Formats: sequence, structure tokens, C-alpha cells
Amino acid sequence: MRNAFASELTAVAAEDSRVFLLSGDIGNRLFNEYKQRFGERFMNCGVAEAGMMGVAAGMALCGLHPIVYTIAPFTTLRCYEQIKLDVCYHNLSVVIVGVGAGLAYASLGPTHHTFEDVAALRLFPNMAVVCPGDALEVRAALRAALRRSGPVYIRLGKKNEPRVHQAVPELTIGRGIILREGTDVCILATGVILPTALATADLLAGKGVAARVVSMHTVKPLDTTMLEDVFQSYKLVVSMEEHGLIGGLGGGVAEWLADHAPQRALLLRFGLPDEFFHLAGDQEYARLHYGLVPDVMAAGILKKLREVG
Amino acid sequence: MKREELELTARRVRARVIEMAHRAGTPHVGSSLSCVDIVVAAYWVGLHIDPLAPQDPDRDRFILSKGHAATTLYAVLAMRGFFPEDVLNEYAVNGGRLQEHPGAGCVPGVEAATGSLGHGLPIGLGMALAGRVQGRSYRVMVLMSDGECEEGSVWEAALLAGARKTATLTVLIDYNKWQATGRSNEIMALPPLVDKWRTFGWDAFEIDGHDMGALMDVMRRPPDAGGRPRAVICHTVKGKGVSFMEDDNNWHYRVPTAEEVGAARRELGLQ
Repeated sequence: MRNAFASELTAVAAEDSRVFLLSGDIGNRLFNEYKQRFGERFMNCGVAEAGMMGVAAGMALCGLHPIVYTIAPFTTLRCYEQIKLDVCYHNLSVVIVGVGAGLAYASLGPTHHTFEDVAALRLFPNMAVVCPGDALEVRAALRAALRRSGPVYIRLGKKNEPRVHQAVPELTIGRGIILREGTDVCILATGVILPTALATADLLAGKGVAARVVSMHTVKPLDTTMLEDVFQSYKLVVSMEEHGLIGGLGGGVAEWLADHAPQRALLLRFGLPDEFFHLAGDQEYARLHYGLVPDVMAAGILKKLREVG
Repeated sequence: MKREELELTARRVRARVIEMAHRAGTPHVGSSLSCVDIVVAAYWVGLHIDPLAPQDPDRDRFILSKGHAATTLYAVLAMRGFFPEDVLNEYAVNGGRLQEHPGAGCVPGVEAATGSLGHGLPIGLGMALAGRVQGRSYRVMVLMSDGECEEGSVWEAALLAGARKTATLTVLIDYNKWQATGRSNEIMALPPLVDKWRTFGWDAFEIDGHDMGALMDVMRRPPDAGGRPRAVICHTVKGKGVSFMEDDNNWHYRVPTAEEVGAARRELGLQ
């Protein structure tokens, strides 16, 4: 994802002279080509994220379109008030990019995990929250974010995630992308868990259950048209995310559901529990630990489907 | 404008600040009074601005990072012609445009919303850097309080500005020696404040922040030839201009009575 991001960023910088990349002392070689071609529109802001976010706001107030890039925990919570006041309150076109979100840096420990970034940034007026599901959605999301007037948070994985799309998809912020049709259950997946959602649907198909799979790349604003449709058309709607169950996609859908009850469908949510992950281990291990793997989620869906009849 | 006229303007701003606080029942009179001379010098001498073209991309920018001195900024903007003076009657009134801290886009001339301390300098630095990449030569001034220098984000921006040599950026510190609940030099190890900025790569020096002549010199000084951003430590007195408010930190929160407004006006030579 991060390589796709760097490549697409280089392409858009060639087309739009307002694009300015601010990095929090990461991406050493990642942005080499960008820096070579647009060195005057790159700045390493050091290990100083609060200052960096304020600088981005000042740039946006003067007509630039800054993109703030660092590891997800540090581009969100470390400069949280700057995002709220400097960026969102002024409704500035700043693209905030968090790389290695969710459990991507599982082995580095909770300082580098983000199970709360989506929930945290979803709180602020004007902010859009976008979690691309594969490298091609990253490319489309970056362009969509730069087209939008106002702040956008783009939540990235790390690298070498499985590819879902064959070509760069049409991506509109706030509109889910249906990847697979199925009438028995609807899976809404956001971000890096999207390939796992498709694998889950494969397992369900083997059991005779046809799942629709949606890339719900935008957690804010939620695609309420899609929600209205699927909560009436299906008996079961499932949310999947590599993020905490509090305040992410599942949380957002649950809020919508509470405001729009009764609906035909029930909601089943998969995500991270309300706890820190204390064990050593890589992303694959952490996902297994939390049951964010196809067989566990497929079994959970089948069980719920039996309950709802 | 001549020095005497600026000094008269500053007295009129002070009276306005006190009247606004009285009418609205709002605090921060002392903090607003200590920075009046600095803000007047900036708006009438330092800043290349046209109140009729407040969005001109080449204009100089001023950020009141110590947003709790909003009445000073509002009064100066009105007197400088950014909006009619009767807009000041909307200050802290239900449904009015002027909040107790400068709001985003509230009135022409307010460049950035402030109120949470430590935000103005990074924003101002971003503005200065944007000017550089866009080939514009505008200057950016950020007014901070001494207590505000306790915020970490100030020093993040100070480090970055020093490295990037943003000579178009000037920080003005209203060093009135008080913060909300005590002496700023005692609560945190602020002194020697000028040395702190100098060692961060800034062209830092001290002046009397109530000496209009010194302020005019600062405002006319060209950017540092060596590329250093500038930090002007302005020694000031909290509550300056009204004898019974000067250096009395009760006026961080106290609201002036009608009698006190009258007494203040008399002291300021405005009957």
C-alpha cells in the first residue's frame, strides 16, 4: 500500500503544483522519486508531529494542498488537537495519511498499533475517514481525497497486501464498492481486512451461503444509501475491520442502526476487542489471536445465520 | 503614522478593550492590555495589508496565538478598517460573530482561529513556508504569550523554523511575566528566554514592548540576511496603561465595573 501511495503521490504532484508532502521522519527511500522531482515540495518535519500538523494547516491556509505522512499512531493521536483545531475547525484541505495502521506493526507493540485512529478522527466535524482495501484503492483514494474540499484521513496498511481489484477502481468518498454479489449475507469490510473478507466469502460459498462483499472504504461519511438498502434486503449484515469495535466501521454502523431501527437485518461485528495486545508476534499471528481470519469469521457468520433463521 | 498618533491609537484600543470586557463580562483584560502596543505597531507599521483586500494572497499575515487577547485584535482590526467598529458590539453576545477567542473565519482579518495555546507558531511557520514555495515574499508575524512558551509545540516549530531558515517569520512574545495563576518565570524555567530562541537558530533580541519607537524599529527591520527567523522578546506589563490594573494578576480574570471603565478612560486621557 505504501509503495502504491508513493507512486500515485508522485503522479499527482506532477499534475498539481499545490501538492506538498510533509513527512514525520519516515519513508527514507520510499519517496526518493518524489523528492528527486519535487524536492521543493517535500519537507521532513522531524520527530515533531504536533508542529508538523500545524505547519500543514498554515500551508493549507495559504493555498497549498499538504499531505501529512507518518506512522498511523503518530499522525493521529500524537497531534490530535492540531487535527481538531488547526485542520478540522478551519475545514482545511489537508490529507492526513497513517501508514501501518491496525495490526500492521503488531510486532512493535501497542505504541505502534492503532485500534482507535478511525474512531478518534471520525469524531471531528468536516473530517472524512477513508480506509482503502488494497493498493489500487489507495491510488484512487489519494486522488479522491485531493479532489475533496476539506480534511481527509487515509488509513494505510504496510506493504505487499493481497490485491483485490484488477484495475484502479472508481472510488467516491462516502460510497461503498460492491465487489461480489450474494443474497444470503452482506459483508461490509473496511481497509486492510478486505482480502480476508473475500476469503471469508469463499469459505461461506463452500457451505452454500452466498455473501455480498462491499469495500466500505469510507467510514465517514458512511454510505447511508448502501446501509438503507442492505439492512432491508438482507437478514444479516456483517462489519469487518482491523480496528477496535468501539467507534470504527462497526461502531458507526451500529450508531446508524440505532437511529434507524427497526431494520430487517441484524448486525454482526468483527474487529479488535477493548484491550492492548501484549504478546510478541507478527500481524498474521495477531489477526489469528483475535479471530480476524476467514475460518473463524465464516463460522461466526454461519452461527448467526442459523440464529436469524 | 507618526509615533504620537500610534500612541494615541494604542490608548483608544486600550479603552475599547476595557469597555468590551465590561459590557460582555469577560476576563483576560490584563493579557489584552499588555500586548496592545505590539499589535498596534504591527497593524499600522509592520504589516503590508489592505483592509479592503483581506484575502490578497500576497498580504502579510498576523496570528494572535495568545487568542485570549481577542479583544485587542478585534479592536485593532476594526480601527484599522477591516470591518465597521459597531461589529465590536457583537463581542461575546449571544448569536454574535465575535467569540471570546478568535474564531475561524469570524470576521475579515482574523487569519487563524486560536485560543488553545501553542498552535499559532506552527501555523505561522506553515504560512511562511507556503510563501517560499509559491514564490511570494509576504511576512508572517505570530504574537505569543510568555506562558504559551511552555507548550511543546512551540519548540517543535522553533526547531523546524531554525533549520528551514524561514526569515519571513517573526515571533513577538508578550513577556508580561504572568500566566493565569502565577509568575511565569517561577512556574516554569522560562529564563533566559532570549537565549532559548537564539540557541534554536533564531535572530532573537529583547525590547521594551511598550516603547512605541522601539516597536516601530522592529516592525521596519528587514528580514535577517542570514535567513534566521526572528524572535522579539517584548518586555511588557500585564494590565499596562491603567494604574490599578498594572502588574496585578487579579486582572487575568476580573471584569471591570462601570466605575473602573470610567477611571481607566480618564487615565488614558480619553474623556
